Amino acid sequence: MSLPAFAELLERLVFTPGRNAKLALLGQWFAEQPDPDRGIGLAALTEELAFTAAKPAVIREIAAERTDPELLRLSYDYVGDLAETVALIWQPRAGVNAPPPTLSEVVETLETAPKPEVPALIAGWLDTLDAGGRLALIKLVTGGLRVGVSARLARVALAEWSGQAVEEIEEVWHAVAPPYVPLFRWLEGAAPRPDPRDAPVFRPLMLAHPLEAADLAALRAEAWRAEWKWDGIRVQLTAGPGGKRLWSRGGEDISGAFPEILAAMDFHAVLDGELLVVRDGEVAPFADLQQRLNRKTVTARMRRDYPAAVRLYDLLVEGTEDLRPLPFDARRARLEAWHARAAPARMDLSALVPFDSIEALARLRDGARAASIEGLMLKRADAPYVAGRTRGLWWKWKRDPLTVDAVLMYAQRGHGKRSSFYSDYTFGVWREDGELVPIGKAYSGYTDEELAWLDRWIRSNTVNRFGPVREVERGIVFEVAFDAAQLSSRHKSGVALRFPRIARIRRDKPVEEADSLAAVMALVENRPAAD
Amino acid sequence: MVPAPGKPAHMRPVSIPHPETWLKVTPSGLFCEPGGFFIDPTRAVDRAVISHGHSDHARPGHRHVLATRETLAIMTARLGEGRAGHAQQALAFGEVLTVNGVRLWLRPAGHVLGAAQICMEWRGSRAVVSGDYKRQPDPTAAGFEVEPCDVFVTEATFALPVFRHPLAEGEIAKLLRSVALFPERTHVVGCYSLGKCQRLIAMLRQAGWDRPVHLHGAHVALCRTYEELGVPLGTLRTATVAKKDDLKGAIVLAPPSAVADRWARRLAEPVAAVASGWMRVRQRAKQGGVELPLVISDHADWDELLATAMEVQAPEIWVTHGREDALIHALSLRGIRGRALHLVGRGEEDEGEPPEATAA
Repeated sequence: MSLPAFAELLERLVFTPGRNAKLALLGQWFAEQPDPDRGIGLAALTEELAFTAAKPAVIREIAAERTDPELLRLSYDYVGDLAETVALIWQPRAGVNAPPPTLSEVVETLETAPKPEVPALIAGWLDTLDAGGRLALIKLVTGGLRVGVSARLARVALAEWSGQAVEEIEEVWHAVAPPYVPLFRWLEGAAPRPDPRDAPVFRPLMLAHPLEAADLAALRAEAWRAEWKWDGIRVQLTAGPGGKRLWSRGGEDISGAFPEILAAMDFHAVLDGELLVVRDGEVAPFADLQQRLNRKTVTARMRRDYPAAVRLYDLLVEGTEDLRPLPFDARRARLEAWHARAAPARMDLSALVPFDSIEALARLRDGARAASIEGLMLKRADAPYVAGRTRGLWWKWKRDPLTVDAVLMYAQRGHGKRSSFYSDYTFGVWREDGELVPIGKAYSGYTDEELAWLDRWIRSNTVNRFGPVREVERGIVFEVAFDAAQLSSRHKSGVALRFPRIARIRRDKPVEEADSLAAVMALVENRPAAD
Repeated sequence: MVPAPGKPAHMRPVSIPHPETWLKVTPSGLFCEPGGFFIDPTRAVDRAVISHGHSDHARPGHRHVLATRETLAIMTARLGEGRAGHAQQALAFGEVLTVNGVRLWLRPAGHVLGAAQICMEWRGSRAVVSGDYKRQPDPTAAGFEVEPCDVFVTEATFALPVFRHPLAEGEIAKLLRSVALFPERTHVVGCYSLGKCQRLIAMLRQAGWDRPVHLHGAHVALCRTYEELGVPLGTLRTATVAKKDDLKGAIVLAPPSAVADRWARRLAEPVAAVASGWMRVRQRAKQGGVELPLVISDHADWDELLATAMEVQAPEIWVTHGREDALIHALSLRGIRGRALHLVGRGEEDEGEPPEATAA
């Protein structure tokens, strides 16, 4: 299919906030488009296909050749985005009646074209397209689609469209390359599942349910094993003759951001663990790890200031042997033996926490106050390693949240179903000088009735508007629950909360009696974050 | 009846008064001095000629109002009996009237039902005030007709080369494809109550949508007026009293400010659409929380503005409101003199400003 169909998909995705609607749009794309274009489109959306064929300067040049400079300037001023300005202002050469290119035509031509020919090629294609198609082409060739489709979302869409389990797709995803023809043939039932062989593929993680009081009562101590729940990010390490990768929890390849971990992966195994910043054997607060996330590459300075390490939880594959069907105890024994033998740098074991009764475990949990520990993980001794969140095999038992009474300062409307409600709240506490300083933002924790009530209150107590944000009268106190308070140079108050949510609306409490910044600071347990 | 005699003045060899000597910009708007009447005046006057029914052109309280029959009916419906001119005079397209020696006639502007260009000729000098206009077809409004003149007074709402409206049929098709893809959801389309709303309904009917169209309460009255004026719109329902289940898969038309706000909570998982020329620019559309932007406008786009300027063959073009810089620059490249009138109080209804769908 041609580029205009892709352009329409892009436009819908850009404007669609809802996940389900995005899945429906992607499903329609897979169903309607032929190979190889559907796979090329998929790769472009998930940014597996990165173009470097044209820089924005090239686009500006070819537009300047066609447009009066004053009109281009006035238009760019108004639109504010070069790609969009050019797409809209482009005046197709009269008499062009060539059909628009297909996606594969664009990709293949640009792969082989000598650099000096690229501007003329792009101009020629622009002449065959309408405004939406031109924008899609320009974004495609300059490499910045940004439509909010992660590789993970794309795999879920493939699963929903084909009826295959998403875990099955995950395991071959990294072994297939654009335009994914064998993958589509398998999903349509026309071919067997592609065989990843030695290729480093992501295996979906096993996840835990939060432990509720009712579940707790049913636990027998001897059937369970406990570990600390470390506050980093879950990762999977895959290494072998076919290559090595560090995967995030959702199967995103984050190898590039952590070269020191990759360098230490000199083995043939698949491991599950927690990625942490560790200095002198001590786990640093999550804010430190955050400095290292979402980067394609990393400087020597970052590596020195925020040294990364992995605390290992599980061994999924050793050599070519898949250990996932084995019970936890057996895998744990294999993990310990393997770790002693392989002794990889920058990796230690997440210790088992000994306990003889659930009551003793509860006391341990209550006593855990280090900022790097979120609580406990409970794993059933005989449970195999299964993808996803199967009830009753693993529990996460977070320690009780901390709370603070804070004043509602700003509100913003939500997205999707909540787009008509002021549902995102920024709240603050009192500084010594009597000023209210924001300490965080929360989007959850309230009931539908409370949300409706807050929405009404905010609309009738607005004192200022900044675009979509409303500043409100100081009149509402929230009891905010959060997992930890950490020092932060990014916030005016100097403190950042982990996982804040609205626990209660304190309609009984006057705003003057909300907490002070000093009281919040007293809850900070970590040492100062490095600058 | 063919009203326009001969050629405009600049094509004839005789010395003839320039329109600026008899068509003046005053604080109340454009004033035809020898005729003694204002055109779309911004405050109550003795004699007004009104191009169309949008509130920034049709204000209440004039003593005598001249307009098309349709515009008079729309004004009366919106402003109330007695407020749309103590005396009303209807003038049909093509009829010529002489007012104190000024020949006056109307030609269709294609903007909304009843919208007219106001054509005036005094001592052989001819000026045409277009009001708001468009050149794309519209099943609810008579199509724009070119009247050659010495001065053409144009709007400039979308006077930037980034505004090129696609064919409205394609945008309607996009809406219907979305309805097919999300059959459980309500598609709520933000649109202005006069003109855009009825045009959308008529175009949906042309595209084969024969199910009821649901309306926000603010859109009901003018749809009735259109039907009374002979524009059939098919089955219409009020969305405000409908059950949520009945609105699954339905198309609802509402004011742009309602589509992403509290009113829309009554709808079934609404897809928020807005039909406006401003939807052309993605960032503008996204800001308003719009999920499905439809580029459908009742105003001339950049190409239409320039093409019309050439077709009317006027050596001078006056720009009433909008983005005059770009238009005057582009006209100068074509050897046409442009003049910005800076009329106040224009562009306050329909698409004069980008809709603020988020503004509650």
